[in-house]
Amino acid sequence: MSAPVPLLVARCRALPGSAAGKHSLELGRVGESAARVDGIPKTTGEFAYSSDLAAAGMLWGHTVRSRHAHARIRGIEISEAVGMPGVHAVLTHDDVPGEKRYGLEFPDQPVLAIDRVRYFGEAVALVAAEHPEQARRAAAKITVDYEPLEPVVDPERATEQEPLHPDRPTAGHGYLDDPRPNVIRSMVVRHGDPDALGDVSVEGVYEVGIQDQAFLGPESGLAVPDGEGGIDIYVATQWLHVDRDQVAPCLALEPEQVRIHLAGVGGAFGGREDLSMQIHGAMLALHTGRPVKIVYGREESFTGHVHRHPARIWAEHRAALDGRLVAVRMRILLDGGAYASSSTAVVANACAFACGPYRVDNALIESTCVYSNNPPCGAMRGFGAVQTCFAHEAQMDKLAAVLDIDPVELRLLNALEPGDVLPTGQTLTGSFPVAEVIRRAAALDPPEPEELPRDPLRLPGGSGNTTHGQGVRRGIGFAAGFKNICYSEGFDDSCAARVRLFAGGAGELQAEVHCAGAEVGQGVTNVILQVARTELGIESVVLAPASTADVGSAGSASASRMTWMAAGAVQLACRAALEERERTGVDVDVERVYRHPRTWPLDPETGQITGGPAHVSFACAAMKVVAEVDVELGLTRLVWIGTAQDVGKAVNPQAVYGQIEGGTAQGIGLALMEEIQTRGGLITNASFTDYLIPTTLDVPPIVAELVEDPEPDGPYGLKGVGEPPTVVSTAAVLSALRAATGRELARVPVRPDEIVGL
Amino acid sequence: MPEPVSEQTISVEINGETYEQEVEARKLLVHFIRDVVDLTGTHVGCDTGNCGACTVLMDGKTIKSCMLLAIQADGATITTVEGLAAGGELTPLQRAFSASHALQCGYCTPGMLLSAAYLLEQNPHPSEEEIRRGIQGNICRCTGYVNIVEAIKSVAEGGGA
Repeated sequence: MSAPVPLLVARCRALPGSAAGKHSLELGRVGESAARVDGIPKTTGEFAYSSDLAAAGMLWGHTVRSRHAHARIRGIEISEAVGMPGVHAVLTHDDVPGEKRYGLEFPDQPVLAIDRVRYFGEAVALVAAEHPEQARRAAAKITVDYEPLEPVVDPERATEQEPLHPDRPTAGHGYLDDPRPNVIRSMVVRHGDPDALGDVSVEGVYEVGIQDQAFLGPESGLAVPDGEGGIDIYVATQWLHVDRDQVAPCLALEPEQVRIHLAGVGGAFGGREDLSMQIHGAMLALHTGRPVKIVYGREESFTGHVHRHPARIWAEHRAALDGRLVAVRMRILLDGGAYASSSTAVVANACAFACGPYRVDNALIESTCVYSNNPPCGAMRGFGAVQTCFAHEAQMDKLAAVLDIDPVELRLLNALEPGDVLPTGQTLTGSFPVAEVIRRAAALDPPEPEELPRDPLRLPGGSGNTTHGQGVRRGIGFAAGFKNICYSEGFDDSCAARVRLFAGGAGELQAEVHCAGAEVGQGVTNVILQVARTELGIESVVLAPASTADVGSAGSASASRMTWMAAGAVQLACRAALEERERTGVDVDVERVYRHPRTWPLDPETGQITGGPAHVSFACAAMKVVAEVDVELGLTRLVWIGTAQDVGKAVNPQAVYGQIEGGTAQGIGLALMEEIQTRGGLITNASFTDYLIPTTLDVPPIVAELVEDPEPDGPYGLKGVGEPPTVVSTAAVLSALRAATGRELARVPVRPDEIVGL
Repeated sequence: MPEPVSEQTISVEINGETYEQEVEARKLLVHFIRDVVDLTGTHVGCDTGNCGACTVLMDGKTIKSCMLLAIQADGATITTVEGLAAGGELTPLQRAFSASHALQCGYCTPGMLLSAAYLLEQNPHPSEEEIRRGIQGNICRCTGYVNIVEAIKSVAEGGGA
């Protein structure tokens, strides 16, 4: 069986799906720093992103989106658009061939809005035309008759307002039965004696704004009808098989009739876990019988995809005078927006990691996510843990101040270690070197304070030349955090890999590996090839393009799981292939499915484990940050960051450092500048002019240390590495700003007016 | 006042080849490069001139090609990422970016490379501050810039782009 060759695709030079797209192995086995196999095509411009694809006879699709956060649809008038030049199709919810709704976990989102819209940017109608401008102009002629409704925009009030989904899509899935309207999931973790009193107590209310993944390559893809009723979709995604399983029912097709092929991905960070153009492009392509390409602009990307959940968190920490934590109480409110997406998992993570990597015998944690008409939220790097880490680390700093204990010492005193019990009742087994990670990060020496006068670029305000050093204060902050690796709570997670072993022209052994693990930039392609080369002991290994057509599901490139799962699957398949070839003496082609150790659901009433662990594994990180703040203008300059991270075993150390540095930068963004702004549910800053992400001048030098303590359950002892740096860096930056200003700084991103006027 | 025209014939030299083409007056240079000349290594990231993914060299200087109309490039000489390895030989910057993980998803890489090439042409031995300033108009969402700065530094120390 070979990957289907898209004959219609004319332009693309390295399209996944063609032989030219295969990556050949250049260097490296497990544990060695290996150059990226896609490094050269990405530096020459040859690497084909989803937005670069083209096919003969291709049409351009355009999506009509709601300009209301909440409105009833009284009618959709398409007749004028249908008659516009170049237009081949105008489709609405009436034209969805199969199921009208889809969703990553719960099918609560209409493919195209039916009788009402629930968020600003919700898809309402589709156009396909010869030219993108014709499609856009026709879309502008579609008249949607809206009756505006009061939007649900305050998550605190959402549970008392009219339900946005009267049928309660997440009910009956084993969660706590919460009868309040608009609750996506509510969860309580009750452990020990939550009323236990300590000698001291600190309290705070923390708030996290809406962050956007802001991957640099906006959503795009190409849908090509196969002429037999089926469809090939070339798209930038994170989870090919679950895309297929959502797309097929909506098109009224069998799963095999929908083939998802990974096109070049311009970053993901969770934002491509939900569908974007897949069903829409396929509907237009099947309707017209022609290939259809859809490319979002940046504004459409901002309004069309899910974001990081904003949160409000109340926390109380009680401790003994010697610094030991006695009890933690926390109430977490997350805003999920209009549709469930992955909100239920975000709720569980927020609960499970609310106390941080510390020993807490008594806890009462409540986490609730509500539906609203604010921008929809779903997966983003470190979800659930990012929000609570900001809160628990602020609390730890407060506690250190009240107890007059060094903040690092306080964290070391309470650091979890294997054998300890988490607030969910799960006993920590395997590798979890929290104290080691804290010590290693604390031991990193920041640079000495710089003298004045100096280059304005090395001062807060930078090239704005706003200070010559007056009003500038320096602070050093510290934070630690942790997160689960792999999916949790009983999810039956797996990854398939296929290995073909055959004799080459000169009789030498060669291998072709198939795995649908999505390369989103993180480097899993290298991981797969390094594992195959290590296991097979040969040089000649190629990786076929990722596709649903010729290998089973790899699961999602998320939850810091892809390296673990792909390495496990490729290792298994390689060993099976070698064995079979040894036994039969002929060319072999074997597929194997890897599963990590099983997990179990948490008890819906108590949040305690039921029958076995709820989580596979955990990884921790600690970070030290030096910041300078101009307290007259509220401007911040990060000077230096040092971090240590628990990685189990680094499969490709150079790539691991890259994950740590990049993940840190995203946490800096949330700490200092990144927030989706809304008014009545409408996004007001859907551009890179108004939504700022860190540039070279915002990210300081980052010194990272890898702590390699092998995870017994992980292939080669590895753990996932993508999320811990993002979990911890927002908290660490805030700790430094507090040290510099003495302010509480209970909200991120920090606004200049919160750090002025000292 | 001349009458406004909706189409105009322009002549642009891109990577050593001259393209004479009738284009719509409203067509952006980046769309001319991507859709007409079919050089898709120049990427569109933001549409607003912020991200730098569409950076090319025009008459030797870096410009964001989403901020210019194609007709404004009439008579100009342009280098895109595809023109860097002219003759098939990768430039030291391309080799350094590839070898030292100065990219992950790679979407920003073409623009980053052109800004870096321009920087090193103007200033063959930049300090770290000068490198950071030189590429501040190019956003990378994946790497945190550490390896990008290192890659440029290594090329500068090695004697040229």
